[in-house]
Amino acid sequence: MSEEQIKNLEEQFEARIARDEKIEPKDWMPEKYRKTHIRQMSQHAHSEIVGMLPEGNWITRAPSLRRKVALLAKVQDEAGHGLYLYSACETLGVSRDELYEQLHSGKAKYSSIFNYPTITWADMGAVGWLVDGAAIINQVPLCNTSYGPYARAMVRVCKEESFHQRQGFEIMMKLANGAPEQKELAQDALNRWWWPSLMMLGPTDAESIHTEQSMKWKLKRKSNDDLRQQFIDQTVPQAELIGLTIPDPDLKWNEERQSYDFGEINWDEFWQVVKGHGPCNKERMKARVGAWEEGEWVRDAAMAYAEKKQARKQKQAI
Amino acid sequence: MSKNWPLWEIFVRSKNGLEHRHFGSLHAADAEMALENARDVYTRRNEGVSIWVVESVNITASNPEHNGEMFEPAQDKVYRHPTFYDLPDEVKHM
Repeated sequence: MSEEQIKNLEEQFEARIARDEKIEPKDWMPEKYRKTHIRQMSQHAHSEIVGMLPEGNWITRAPSLRRKVALLAKVQDEAGHGLYLYSACETLGVSRDELYEQLHSGKAKYSSIFNYPTITWADMGAVGWLVDGAAIINQVPLCNTSYGPYARAMVRVCKEESFHQRQGFEIMMKLANGAPEQKELAQDALNRWWWPSLMMLGPTDAESIHTEQSMKWKLKRKSNDDLRQQFIDQTVPQAELIGLTIPDPDLKWNEERQSYDFGEINWDEFWQVVKGHGPCNKERMKARVGAWEEGEWVRDAAMAYAEKKQARKQKQAI
Repeated sequence: MSKNWPLWEIFVRSKNGLEHRHFGSLHAADAEMALENARDVYTRRNEGVSIWVVESVNITASNPEHNGEMFEPAQDKVYRHPTFYDLPDEVKHM
């Protein structure tokens, strides 16, 4: 194809997206569109998979059966979300094995929030309430993104996600209304998860390299800073409702903006964690790679059994 | 290097009276495992009463680049639609 033909195709392609048409797997697409989608969708899938680890930590120690079944169901949903997203990503011609390889080798990133430890039960509340809350804000606009398989996967993810946030908030509410020690536990979890949750919504607009192109492709509908403001504005009243204090001395309602002003985010910490120096980066990868490697014999056995059954069936047919 | 589990396409009937609809795909060693995994991945909240699994390699799909030859011939055949035919106003129920 000549350069001019490609340019022509690209213009038609951008026009389709501008008209809100969806792009499906076998449609022509610019290479950059394909690559960007593989990157974002796989990062998203990896985040769901690694995201199981900090919560899996508490399943056996949940304080009641009610909490345990809910947490178990939530973690299972996350596995499901990872699988929807991996399979949507594979429609772009990348194999599951390549995607895992990118995660395990550290080439692909996952949400850096999962590199923080979950040291008390209250962290299950804070993670559900804040981390899933921030994730929902990021994800809802993706239900209308231009790539069909991604948009469809996100519709399913978002439907399931709201229970995650509610169960987290319920945990926090119960603790906050409990004994002083329980309330302290809840406040401590909020203190530790608040800032990393704000960072989850991505670098400030001035530093975000992907925003403009992503807006065009509807991979993003609002800027990181707008999303962050939305998250803060909706979360602060929830904290007040259960009597917890947001750990930000500069947090103040701005009457004119009808929004909260908030303090400086420690972006050095964010980049440190992204670059692999967070409290649990190594531990998470070790657990993930370990699970994959130790499961290899099971996958091989299943395949060998399937082939044996198939061979037997064929023999009977003859 | 071990052999990878093949990819399966999953179709779910959400309730009797509706058709099976494509829900997504997953990897499994064989059809039986694909069904079991599909139950866990795609029907955790009563989304289905019946599941079909088809190994992805067995699906033949039309190519969107040939959509012109494939689908345009239907566009100029207005006589296939009831509104093409003139009827007097007196005719009811037709």
